[in-house]
Amino acid sequence: MDHFPTNWGRPRNDAFDAYGTYPIQQRPNNIKDNFNGVQRTQQPIVTGTSVLAIKYKDGIMMAADNLASYGSLARFKDVQRLHAVGNHTVLGASGDMSDFQYIQSLLDDLIIEEFTEQDEHTLGPAEIHEYLSQLMYGRRSKLNPLWNSLLVGGYKDGKRFLAYVDLLGTTYSASTIATGYGSYIAQPLLRKAVEGREDTLTEREAQAILEESLLVLFYRDARSLDKYQIAKVTESGVSISESMALRTSWSFAEGIRGYGAQTQ
Amino acid sequence: MFRNTYDSDNTVFSPQGRLHQVEYALEAVKQGSAAVGLRSKTHAILLALKRSTGELASYQQKMYRIDDHVGIAIAGLTSDARVLSNFMRQQAMAERMIYNRPIPANRLVSSIADKAQVNTQEYGRRPYGVGFLVIGLDKTGPHLYEFSPSGNSYEYFATSIGARSQSAKTYLEKHYEGFADCSLEELITHGLHALRETLQQDKELSIKNTSIGILGPAGAHETGVPAQGSFRILEDEKIDVYLQSMVPKELEAPPITAPPPTAGDVDIQMTDN
Repeated sequence: MDHFPTNWGRPRNDAFDAYGTYPIQQRPNNIKDNFNGVQRTQQPIVTGTSVLAIKYKDGIMMAADNLASYGSLARFKDVQRLHAVGNHTVLGASGDMSDFQYIQSLLDDLIIEEFTEQDEHTLGPAEIHEYLSQLMYGRRSKLNPLWNSLLVGGYKDGKRFLAYVDLLGTTYSASTIATGYGSYIAQPLLRKAVEGREDTLTEREAQAILEESLLVLFYRDARSLDKYQIAKVTESGVSISESMALRTSWSFAEGIRGYGAQTQ
Repeated sequence: MFRNTYDSDNTVFSPQGRLHQVEYALEAVKQGSAAVGLRSKTHAILLALKRSTGELASYQQKMYRIDDHVGIAIAGLTSDARVLSNFMRQQAMAERMIYNRPIPANRLVSSIADKAQVNTQEYGRRPYGVGFLVIGLDKTGPHLYEFSPSGNSYEYFATSIGARSQSAKTYLEKHYEGFADCSLEELITHGLHALRETLQQDKELSIKNTSIGILGPAGAHETGVPAQGSFRILEDEKIDVYLQSMVPKELEAPPITAPPPTAGDVDIQMTDN
Protein backbone atom coordinates (compact mmCIF):
# COMPACT_ATOMS: atom_id res chain seq x y z
CA MET A 1 0.00 0.00 0.00
CA ASP A 2 1.32 3.40 -0.97
CA HIS A 3 0.56 5.75 1.91
CA PHE A 4 1.56 8.94 0.11
CA PRO A 5 -1.65 10.58 -1.05
CA THR A 6 0.18 12.36 -3.83
CA ASN A 7 1.06 9.05 -5.30
CA TRP A 8 -2.54 7.88 -5.59
CA GLY A 9 -3.29 9.42 -8.96
CA ARG A 10 -2.77 12.13 -11.51
CA PRO A 11 -3.06 15.01 -11.86
CA ARG A 12 -1.66 16.07 -8.52
CA ASN A 13 -4.34 16.88 -5.98
CA ASP A 14 -3.68 20.34 -4.55
CA ALA A 15 -5.74 19.49 -1.50
CA PHE A 16 -3.03 17.04 -0.40
CA ASP A 17 0.22 18.41 -1.75
CA ALA A 18 -0.45 21.95 -2.80
CA TYR A 19 3.17 22.98 -2.70
CA GLY A 20 4.70 19.97 -4.41
CA THR A 21 6.67 18.93 -1.34
CA TYR A 22 7.53 15.52 -2.74
CA PRO A 23 10.61 15.30 -4.93
CA ILE A 24 9.76 14.96 -8.56
CA GLN A 25 11.22 11.47 -8.89
CA GLN A 26 8.88 10.23 -6.15
CA ARG A 27 5.74 11.48 -7.83
CA PRO A 28 3.67 9.03 -9.78
CA ASN A 29 4.54 8.42 -13.34
CA ASN A 30 1.75 8.69 -15.86
CA ILE A 31 3.03 5.75 -17.87
CA LYS A 32 3.32 2.76 -15.55
CA ASP A 33 2.98 0.23 -18.32
CA ASN A 34 6.45 -0.66 -19.54
CA PHE A 35 5.11 -2.46 -22.56
CA ASN A 36 4.21 0.82 -24.23
CA GLY A 37 7.78 1.96 -24.51
CA VAL A 38 10.05 -1.07 -24.54
CA GLN A 39 11.48 -2.73 -27.60
CA ARG A 40 13.77 -5.72 -27.46
CA THR A 41 16.52 -6.78 -29.84
CA GLN A 42 14.87 -8.10 -32.98
CA GLN A 43 17.91 -8.34 -35.22
CA PRO A 44 21.67 -7.99 -34.94
CA ILE A 45 23.13 -4.72 -36.24
CA VAL A 46 26.91 -4.89 -36.53
CA THR A 47 27.77 -8.52 -37.11
CA GLY A 48 30.71 -10.87 -37.27
CA THR A 49 30.62 -13.92 -39.48
CA SER A 50 31.84 -17.50 -38.89
CA VAL A 51 34.12 -18.73 -36.13
CA LEU A 52 35.94 -22.03 -36.65
CA ALA A 53 37.52 -24.25 -34.01
CA ILE A 54 39.11 -27.68 -33.83
CA LYS A 55 40.75 -29.95 -31.32
CA TYR A 56 44.33 -31.01 -32.00
CA LYS A 57 47.17 -32.81 -30.25
CA ASP A 58 48.13 -30.06 -27.80
CA GLY A 59 44.73 -28.47 -27.14
CA ILE A 60 42.29 -26.49 -29.21
CA MET A 61 42.69 -23.94 -31.99
CA MET A 62 40.15 -21.31 -33.01
CA ALA A 63 40.00 -18.92 -35.95
CA ALA A 64 37.91 -15.90 -36.93
CA ASP A 65 38.36 -13.06 -39.38
CA ASN A 66 38.61 -9.37 -38.39
CA LEU A 67 35.46 -8.09 -40.04
CA ALA A 68 32.40 -6.54 -38.41
CA SER A 69 29.73 -5.90 -41.05
CA TYR A 70 26.95 -3.33 -40.95
CA GLY A 71 24.40 -5.18 -43.03
CA SER A 72 26.24 -5.97 -46.25
CA LEU A 73 28.67 -3.09 -45.72
CA ALA A 74 32.15 -4.18 -44.59
CA ARG A 75 32.11 -1.54 -41.85
CA PHE A 76 34.95 -2.42 -39.43
CA LYS A 77 37.98 -4.34 -40.70
CA ASP A 78 40.09 -4.50 -37.54
CA VAL A 79 37.77 -6.15 -35.03
CA GLN A 80 39.09 -8.91 -32.82
CA ARG A 81 36.44 -11.63 -32.40
CA LEU A 82 38.53 -13.96 -30.25
CA HIS A 83 38.70 -13.20 -26.55
CA ALA A 84 40.82 -14.82 -23.85
CA VAL A 85 38.87 -15.63 -20.66
CA GLY A 86 41.33 -16.31 -17.85
CA ASN A 87 44.31 -18.55 -18.54
CA HIS A 88 42.56 -21.63 -19.86
CA THR A 89 39.78 -20.46 -22.14
CA VAL A 90 39.19 -18.64 -25.39
CA LEU A 91 35.84 -17.33 -26.58
CA GLY A 92 35.01 -16.74 -30.23
CA ALA A 93 31.91 -14.83 -31.30
CA SER A 94 29.84 -14.46 -34.40
CA GLY A 95 26.67 -12.37 -34.53
CA ASP A 96 26.09 -8.99 -32.93
CA MET A 97 29.39 -7.37 -31.97
CA SER A 98 27.95 -5.03 -29.34
CA ASP A 99 26.35 -8.00 -27.57
CA PHE A 100 29.75 -9.70 -27.79
CA GLN A 101 31.42 -6.69 -26.18
CA TYR A 102 28.86 -6.86 -23.39
CA ILE A 103 29.61 -10.56 -22.90
CA GLN A 104 33.34 -9.78 -22.81
CA SER A 105 32.81 -7.25 -20.03
CA LEU A 106 30.70 -9.74 -18.04
CA LEU A 107 33.38 -12.40 -18.37
CA ASP A 108 36.19 -10.01 -17.50
CA ASP A 109 34.32 -9.09 -14.31
CA LEU A 110 33.78 -12.77 -13.57
CA ILE A 111 37.48 -13.54 -13.95
CA ILE A 112 38.40 -10.65 -11.65
CA GLU A 113 35.92 -11.88 -9.02
CA GLU A 114 37.39 -15.35 -9.25
CA PHE A 115 40.94 -14.00 -9.05
CA THR A 116 40.17 -12.04 -5.89
CA GLU A 117 39.22 -15.26 -4.09
CA GLN A 118 42.93 -16.24 -4.20
CA ASP A 119 42.19 -19.87 -3.37
CA GLU A 120 43.69 -21.89 -6.25
CA HIS A 121 40.28 -22.46 -7.78
CA THR A 122 39.89 -20.97 -11.24
CA LEU A 123 37.19 -21.01 -13.88
CA GLY A 124 38.01 -23.33 -16.75
CA PRO A 125 36.42 -23.63 -20.18
CA ALA A 126 33.68 -26.00 -18.97
CA GLU A 127 32.61 -23.53 -16.25
CA ILE A 128 32.71 -20.56 -18.65
CA HIS A 129 30.62 -22.49 -21.16
CA GLU A 130 28.02 -23.43 -18.55
CA TYR A 131 27.85 -19.81 -17.40
CA LEU A 132 27.38 -18.58 -20.96
CA SER A 133 24.73 -21.16 -21.74
CA GLN A 134 22.75 -20.05 -18.67
CA LEU A 135 23.25 -16.42 -19.64
CA MET A 136 22.11 -16.96 -23.24
CA TYR A 137 19.14 -19.11 -22.30
CA GLY A 138 18.14 -16.65 -19.57
CA ARG A 139 18.15 -13.78 -22.02
CA ARG A 140 16.21 -15.62 -24.71
CA SER A 141 13.64 -16.50 -22.03
CA LYS A 142 13.20 -12.76 -21.38
CA LEU A 143 12.57 -12.43 -25.13
CA ASN A 144 15.68 -10.27 -25.27
CA PRO A 145 18.45 -12.51 -26.56
CA LEU A 146 22.13 -11.74 -26.89
CA TRP A 147 22.38 -12.21 -30.65
CA ASN A 148 25.47 -14.39 -30.92
CA SER A 149 26.74 -17.82 -31.73
CA LEU A 150 29.66 -18.45 -29.41
CA LEU A 151 32.44 -21.01 -29.38
CA VAL A 152 34.17 -21.78 -26.10
CA GLY A 153 37.45 -23.63 -26.30
CA GLY A 154 40.05 -24.39 -23.71
CA TYR A 155 42.54 -26.66 -22.07
CA LYS A 156 42.64 -27.32 -18.34
CA ASP A 157 43.88 -30.13 -16.09
CA GLY A 158 45.06 -32.10 -19.12
CA LYS A 159 41.64 -32.01 -20.81
CA ARG A 160 40.59 -30.28 -24.02
CA PHE A 161 37.22 -28.60 -24.19
CA LEU A 162 35.32 -27.28 -27.19
CA ALA A 163 31.64 -26.36 -27.20
CA TYR A 164 29.03 -24.13 -28.81
CA VAL A 165 26.28 -21.95 -27.41
CA ASP A 166 23.94 -19.64 -29.32
CA LEU A 167 21.31 -16.97 -28.77
CA LEU A 168 18.68 -19.62 -27.92
CA GLY A 169 20.87 -21.27 -25.30
CA THR A 170 21.39 -24.32 -27.51
CA THR A 171 24.64 -26.11 -26.69
CA TYR A 172 26.68 -28.93 -28.11
CA SER A 173 30.19 -30.20 -28.03
CA ALA A 174 32.30 -31.74 -30.81
CA SER A 175 35.90 -32.03 -31.94
CA THR A 176 35.25 -29.56 -34.78
CA ILE A 177 32.72 -26.72 -34.62
CA ALA A 178 31.94 -23.82 -36.93
CA THR A 179 29.34 -21.09 -36.52
CA GLY A 180 27.23 -19.23 -39.07
CA TYR A 181 27.96 -19.70 -42.75
CA GLY A 182 30.98 -21.71 -41.69
CA SER A 183 28.72 -24.42 -40.32
CA TYR A 184 27.64 -25.10 -43.92
CA ILE A 185 30.88 -24.43 -45.79
CA ALA A 186 33.71 -25.17 -43.36
CA GLN A 187 32.30 -27.79 -41.01
CA PRO A 188 32.39 -30.64 -43.58
CA LEU A 189 35.98 -29.74 -44.44
CA LEU A 190 36.99 -29.61 -40.79
CA ARG A 191 35.31 -32.94 -40.00
CA LYS A 192 37.03 -34.63 -42.89
CA ALA A 193 40.41 -33.28 -41.82
CA VAL A 194 40.12 -33.68 -38.04
CA GLU A 195 37.76 -36.44 -36.92
CA GLY A 196 39.69 -39.45 -35.68
CA ARG A 197 42.98 -37.52 -35.77
CA GLU A 198 42.43 -35.22 -32.76
CA ASP A 199 45.30 -36.81 -30.82
CA THR A 200 47.85 -36.78 -33.63
CA LEU A 201 47.32 -33.46 -35.44
CA THR A 202 50.27 -31.15 -34.90
CA GLU A 203 49.97 -27.44 -34.36
CA ARG A 204 51.23 -26.77 -37.90
CA GLU A 205 48.69 -29.18 -39.42
CA ALA A 206 45.84 -27.77 -37.34
CA GLN A 207 46.66 -24.24 -38.40
CA ALA A 208 46.84 -25.29 -42.07
CA ILE A 209 43.39 -26.92 -41.80
CA LEU A 210 41.86 -23.77 -40.32
CA GLU A 211 43.54 -21.48 -42.85
CA GLU A 212 42.33 -23.62 -45.75
CA SER A 213 38.77 -23.42 -44.37
CA LEU A 214 39.04 -19.65 -43.88
CA LEU A 215 40.20 -19.34 -47.47
CA VAL A 216 37.24 -21.32 -48.79
CA LEU A 217 34.94 -19.18 -46.64
CA PHE A 218 36.51 -15.98 -47.95
CA TYR A 219 35.77 -17.12 -51.51
CA ARG A 220 32.20 -18.12 -50.68
CA ASP A 221 31.02 -15.87 -47.81
CA ALA A 222 30.23 -12.30 -48.89
CA ARG A 223 30.45 -11.14 -45.22
CA SER A 224 34.00 -12.40 -44.70
CA LEU A 225 37.44 -10.83 -44.84
CA ASP A 226 40.94 -12.03 -45.78
CA LYS A 227 42.35 -10.77 -42.47
CA TYR A 228 42.08 -13.22 -39.59
CA GLN A 229 43.46 -14.27 -36.23
CA ILE A 230 44.11 -17.68 -34.74
CA ALA A 231 43.91 -18.54 -31.04
CA LYS A 232 45.54 -21.52 -29.39
CA VAL A 233 44.85 -22.91 -25.95
CA THR A 234 47.34 -25.47 -24.70
CA GLU A 235 48.93 -26.65 -21.48
CA SER A 236 50.87 -23.37 -21.41
CA GLY A 237 47.80 -21.13 -21.67
CA VAL A 238 46.01 -18.96 -24.20
CA SER A 239 47.72 -17.22 -27.11
CA ILE A 240 45.97 -15.16 -29.76
CA SER A 241 47.96 -14.34 -32.88
CA GLU A 242 48.35 -10.98 -34.56
CA SER A 243 46.21 -10.38 -37.63
CA MET A 244 47.33 -12.35 -40.65
CA ALA A 245 46.32 -12.16 -44.32
CA LEU A 246 44.99 -15.04 -46.41
CA ARG A 247 46.89 -15.80 -49.63
CA THR A 248 44.19 -15.62 -52.25
CA SER A 249 44.35 -16.35 -55.96
CA TRP A 250 41.91 -14.84 -58.44
CA SER A 251 43.39 -16.07 -61.67
CA PHE A 252 40.47 -18.48 -62.15
CA ALA A 253 38.17 -15.43 -62.49
CA GLU A 254 39.60 -14.83 -65.96
CA GLY A 255 37.70 -17.76 -67.37
CA ILE A 256 34.35 -17.02 -65.81
CA ARG A 257 31.76 -15.84 -68.29
CA GLY A 258 28.10 -14.94 -67.92
CA TYR A 259 28.01 -12.11 -65.40
CA GLY A 260 30.10 -9.09 -64.50
CA ALA A 261 31.42 -6.33 -66.68
CA GLN A 262 32.33 -8.31 -69.73
CA THR A 263 32.36 -7.09 -73.28
CA GLN A 264 31.84 -10.44 -74.90
CA MET B 1 18.21 -9.50 34.68
CA PHE B 2 21.32 -8.88 32.61
CA ARG B 3 24.55 -10.33 33.79
CA ASN B 4 26.27 -7.09 33.07
CA THR B 5 25.66 -3.66 31.67
CA TYR B 6 26.93 -4.20 28.16
CA ASP B 7 25.21 -7.37 27.03
CA SER B 8 21.71 -6.22 26.09
CA ASP B 9 22.73 -5.33 22.56
CA ASN B 10 25.22 -6.95 20.28
CA THR B 11 26.28 -3.70 18.64
CA VAL B 12 27.76 -2.18 21.77
CA PHE B 13 31.27 -2.93 22.90
CA SER B 14 32.03 -3.37 26.57
CA PRO B 15 34.77 -1.11 27.94
CA GLN B 16 37.07 -4.15 27.69
CA GLY B 17 36.43 -4.20 23.93
CA ARG B 18 34.22 -7.29 23.88
CA LEU B 19 30.83 -8.06 22.41
CA HIS B 20 29.03 -10.03 25.08
CA GLN B 21 26.13 -11.24 22.94
CA VAL B 22 28.63 -12.78 20.55
CA GLU B 23 30.40 -14.48 23.43
CA TYR B 24 27.09 -15.87 24.71
CA ALA B 25 26.46 -17.28 21.24
CA LEU B 26 29.80 -19.08 21.50
CA GLU B 27 28.51 -20.50 24.81
CA ALA B 28 25.50 -21.91 22.97
CA VAL B 29 27.91 -23.88 20.81
CA LYS B 30 29.59 -25.26 23.91
CA GLN B 31 26.21 -26.44 25.24
CA GLY B 32 25.70 -28.68 22.21
CA SER B 33 26.99 -32.23 22.23
CA ALA B 34 30.47 -32.67 20.80
CA ALA B 35 31.51 -33.14 17.22
CA VAL B 36 35.00 -34.12 16.08
CA GLY B 37 36.59 -33.68 12.65
CA LEU B 38 39.91 -34.87 11.27
CA ARG B 39 41.54 -35.56 7.96
CA SER B 40 44.21 -37.61 6.25
CA LYS B 41 45.76 -37.17 2.81
CA THR B 42 42.79 -38.98 1.27
CA HIS B 43 39.85 -38.60 3.64
CA ALA B 44 38.09 -36.05 5.80
CA ILE B 45 35.74 -37.39 8.46
CA LEU B 46 33.32 -36.11 11.07
CA LEU B 47 32.18 -37.87 14.22
CA ALA B 48 29.41 -36.63 16.44
CA LEU B 49 27.71 -37.57 19.64
CA LYS B 50 23.93 -37.55 19.36
CA ARG B 51 21.67 -36.71 22.27
CA SER B 52 18.13 -37.81 22.98
CA THR B 53 15.79 -36.08 25.38
CA GLY B 54 14.75 -39.35 26.98
CA GLU B 55 14.06 -43.05 26.67
CA LEU B 56 11.03 -42.43 24.46
CA ALA B 57 12.67 -39.88 22.17
CA SER B 58 14.78 -40.30 19.06
CA TYR B 59 18.35 -39.06 18.86
CA GLN B 60 18.79 -35.59 17.38
CA GLN B 61 20.45 -35.52 13.98
CA LYS B 62 23.94 -33.99 14.13
CA MET B 63 25.16 -34.28 10.56
CA TYR B 64 23.89 -32.97 7.27
CA ARG B 65 24.87 -33.59 3.68
CA ILE B 66 25.25 -30.27 1.84
CA ASP B 67 26.36 -31.64 -1.51
CA ASP B 68 28.24 -34.70 -2.81
CA HIS B 69 31.51 -33.13 -1.77
CA VAL B 70 30.54 -31.25 1.43
CA GLY B 71 29.15 -32.39 4.77
CA ILE B 72 28.70 -30.72 8.14
CA ALA B 73 28.40 -31.63 11.80
CA ILE B 74 26.72 -29.18 14.15
CA ALA B 75 26.87 -28.18 17.80
CA GLY B 76 24.39 -25.73 19.27
CA LEU B 77 20.90 -24.69 18.23
CA THR B 78 19.58 -27.19 15.70
CA SER B 79 17.04 -24.76 14.31
CA ASP B 80 19.74 -22.20 13.50
CA ALA B 81 21.76 -24.98 11.93
CA ARG B 82 18.88 -25.83 9.62
CA VAL B 83 18.71 -22.24 8.40
CA LEU B 84 22.44 -22.15 7.67
CA SER B 85 22.64 -25.63 6.17
CA ASN B 86 19.73 -24.78 3.90
CA PHE B 87 21.61 -21.68 2.78
CA MET B 88 24.73 -23.77 2.15
CA ARG B 89 22.72 -26.24 0.06
CA GLN B 90 21.32 -23.39 -2.01
CA GLN B 91 24.82 -21.96 -2.56
CA ALA B 92 26.07 -25.38 -3.62
CA MET B 93 23.16 -25.87 -6.03
CA ALA B 94 23.59 -22.38 -7.49
CA GLU B 95 27.26 -23.13 -8.19
CA ARG B 96 26.29 -26.33 -9.99
CA MET B 97 23.57 -24.50 -11.90
CA ILE B 98 25.70 -21.54 -13.02
CA TYR B 99 29.13 -23.09 -13.47
CA ASN B 100 28.43 -26.82 -13.42
CA ARG B 101 31.07 -27.37 -10.77
CA PRO B 102 31.14 -28.35 -7.11
CA ILE B 103 31.41 -25.22 -4.99
CA PRO B 104 34.88 -24.77 -3.45
CA ALA B 105 34.42 -25.68 0.23
CA ASN B 106 36.42 -22.71 1.49
CA ARG B 107 34.05 -20.32 -0.29
CA LEU B 108 31.02 -22.07 1.15
CA VAL B 109 32.42 -21.70 4.67
CA SER B 110 33.34 -18.06 4.03
CA SER B 111 29.81 -17.35 2.81
CA ILE B 112 28.18 -18.49 6.06
CA ALA B 113 30.91 -16.79 8.08
CA ASP B 114 30.03 -13.55 6.30
CA LYS B 115 26.35 -14.10 7.10
CA ALA B 116 27.20 -14.69 10.75
CA GLN B 117 29.39 -11.62 10.89
CA VAL B 118 26.51 -9.37 9.82
CA ASN B 119 24.58 -10.57 12.85
CA THR B 120 27.36 -9.35 15.13
CA GLN B 121 27.28 -5.83 13.77
CA GLU B 122 23.71 -4.85 12.96
CA TYR B 123 21.22 -3.51 15.45
CA GLY B 124 18.20 -5.66 16.21
CA ARG B 125 19.71 -8.98 15.26
CA ARG B 126 21.17 -11.87 17.18
CA PRO B 127 24.14 -14.06 16.35
CA TYR B 128 23.54 -17.65 15.28
CA GLY B 129 23.68 -20.06 18.21
CA VAL B 130 25.40 -22.83 16.34
CA GLY B 131 28.89 -23.88 15.28
CA PHE B 132 29.79 -26.17 12.39
CA LEU B 133 32.53 -28.50 11.44
CA VAL B 134 32.60 -28.59 7.66
CA ILE B 135 34.43 -31.18 5.58
CA GLY B 136 34.92 -30.69 1.87
CA LEU B 137 36.66 -32.54 -0.94
CA ASP B 138 38.01 -30.79 -4.00
CA LYS B 139 40.91 -31.10 -6.39
CA THR B 140 43.26 -29.73 -3.76
CA GLY B 141 42.30 -32.67 -1.52
CA PRO B 142 40.19 -33.13 1.62
CA HIS B 143 39.62 -30.16 3.93
CA LEU B 144 38.25 -29.53 7.42
CA TYR B 145 36.90 -26.17 8.55
CA GLU B 146 35.37 -24.81 11.73
CA PHE B 147 32.68 -22.17 11.53
CA SER B 148 31.56 -20.24 14.62
CA PRO B 149 28.80 -17.68 15.30
CA SER B 150 31.35 -14.90 15.78
CA GLY B 151 31.86 -14.96 12.02
CA ASN B 152 35.23 -16.65 12.19
CA SER B 153 36.22 -19.66 10.14
CA TYR B 154 39.44 -21.65 10.29
CA GLU B 155 40.92 -24.61 8.52
CA TYR B 156 42.26 -27.48 10.62
CA PHE B 157 44.09 -30.80 10.48
CA ALA B 158 41.79 -31.93 13.26
CA THR B 159 39.51 -30.20 15.72
CA SER B 160 36.35 -30.49 17.77
CA ILE B 161 33.46 -28.34 18.92
CA GLY B 162 30.71 -28.68 21.52
CA ALA B 163 30.48 -29.84 25.11
CA ARG B 164 33.77 -30.94 26.65
CA SER B 165 35.40 -30.61 23.24
CA GLN B 166 38.66 -29.55 24.91
CA SER B 167 39.17 -33.18 25.99
CA ALA B 168 38.84 -34.32 22.37
CA LYS B 169 41.20 -31.55 21.25
CA THR B 170 43.77 -32.75 23.76
CA TYR B 171 43.60 -36.23 22.24
CA LEU B 172 43.82 -34.83 18.71
CA GLU B 173 46.76 -32.57 19.56
CA LYS B 174 48.62 -35.59 20.87
CA HIS B 175 48.03 -37.73 17.78
CA TYR B 176 47.40 -35.44 14.78
CA GLU B 177 50.87 -35.71 13.29
CA GLY B 178 50.15 -39.30 12.35
CA PHE B 179 46.75 -38.61 10.75
CA ALA B 180 48.05 -37.66 7.28
CA ASP B 181 49.02 -41.22 6.40
CA CYS B 182 46.16 -43.00 8.20
CA SER B 183 43.80 -45.37 6.42
CA LEU B 184 40.11 -44.53 6.69
CA GLU B 185 39.66 -47.20 9.39
CA GLU B 186 42.56 -45.85 11.48
CA LEU B 187 41.27 -42.32 11.06
CA ILE B 188 37.80 -43.31 12.29
CA THR B 189 39.29 -45.13 15.28
CA HIS B 190 41.28 -42.00 16.18
CA GLY B 191 38.10 -39.96 15.78
CA LEU B 192 36.14 -42.29 18.04
CA HIS B 193 38.89 -42.18 20.67
CA ALA B 194 38.75 -38.37 20.55
CA LEU B 195 34.95 -38.32 20.72
CA ARG B 196 35.00 -40.72 23.66
CA GLU B 197 36.99 -38.18 25.64
CA THR B 198 34.00 -35.84 25.60
CA LEU B 199 31.65 -38.32 27.30
CA GLN B 200 30.44 -38.04 30.85
CA GLN B 201 31.84 -40.53 33.33
CA ASP B 202 29.10 -43.15 33.08
CA LYS B 203 28.40 -42.91 29.33
CA GLU B 204 29.91 -44.71 26.39
CA LEU B 205 29.75 -44.56 22.61
CA SER B 206 27.12 -46.83 21.07
CA ILE B 207 25.61 -47.41 17.67
CA LYS B 208 22.66 -45.31 18.83
CA ASN B 209 24.47 -42.18 19.93
CA THR B 210 27.26 -41.94 17.36
CA SER B 211 27.28 -40.60 13.80
CA ILE B 212 30.21 -40.86 11.38
CA GLY B 213 30.40 -38.70 8.26
CA ILE B 214 32.96 -39.59 5.59
CA LEU B 215 34.39 -37.95 2.48
CA GLY B 216 36.83 -39.92 0.37
CA PRO B 217 37.21 -43.37 -1.22
CA ALA B 218 35.29 -46.33 0.24
CA GLY B 219 36.81 -48.03 3.26
CA ALA B 220 37.27 -51.77 3.77
CA HIS B 221 33.88 -52.12 5.52
CA GLU B 222 31.88 -49.98 3.09
CA THR B 223 29.81 -50.95 0.06
CA GLY B 224 27.97 -48.91 -2.55
CA VAL B 225 30.12 -45.79 -2.27
CA PRO B 226 30.41 -43.80 -5.55
CA ALA B 227 33.91 -43.71 -7.06
CA GLN B 228 34.43 -40.02 -6.30
CA GLY B 229 33.97 -40.73 -2.58
CA SER B 230 30.79 -38.72 -2.00
CA PHE B 231 29.78 -37.63 1.49
CA ARG B 232 27.95 -40.30 3.43
CA ILE B 233 26.71 -40.55 6.99
CA LEU B 234 27.13 -43.88 8.80
CA GLU B 235 24.82 -44.67 11.69
CA ASP B 236 23.33 -47.61 13.61
CA GLU B 237 24.59 -51.11 12.70
CA LYS B 238 26.99 -49.76 10.08
CA ILE B 239 29.24 -48.21 12.70
CA ASP B 240 29.40 -51.29 14.94
CA VAL B 241 32.55 -52.54 13.22
CA TYR B 242 34.28 -49.22 13.91
CA LEU B 243 33.18 -49.13 17.55
CA GLN B 244 34.61 -52.64 17.94
CA SER B 245 37.96 -51.38 16.67
CA MET B 246 38.38 -49.00 19.61
CA VAL B 247 40.96 -49.75 22.25
CA PRO B 248 39.13 -50.09 25.58
CA LYS B 249 39.78 -47.06 27.69
CA GLU B 250 41.31 -48.91 30.65
CA LEU B 251 43.95 -50.44 28.33
CA GLU B 252 45.14 -47.10 27.08
CA ALA B 253 48.14 -45.43 28.63
CA PRO B 254 47.01 -43.31 31.55
CA PRO B 255 46.16 -39.88 30.24
CA ILE B 256 48.56 -37.10 30.87
CA THR B 257 47.57 -35.16 33.94
CA ALA B 258 45.20 -32.31 33.38
CA PRO B 259 46.39 -30.25 30.42
CA PRO B 260 47.42 -26.69 31.18
CA PRO B 261 44.44 -24.43 30.49
CA THR B 262 44.77 -22.76 27.12
CA ALA B 263 43.50 -19.28 26.42
CA GLY B 264 40.88 -20.54 23.95
CA ASP B 265 38.94 -22.68 26.40
CA VAL B 266 38.93 -20.70 29.57
CA ASP B 267 35.36 -20.00 30.57
CA ILE B 268 34.44 -16.51 29.65
CA GLN B 269 33.99 -14.24 32.61
CA MET B 270 30.54 -12.79 32.45
CA THR B 271 31.07 -9.90 34.78
CA ASP B 272 32.77 -6.80 33.67
CA ASN B 273 32.98 -4.99 36.93
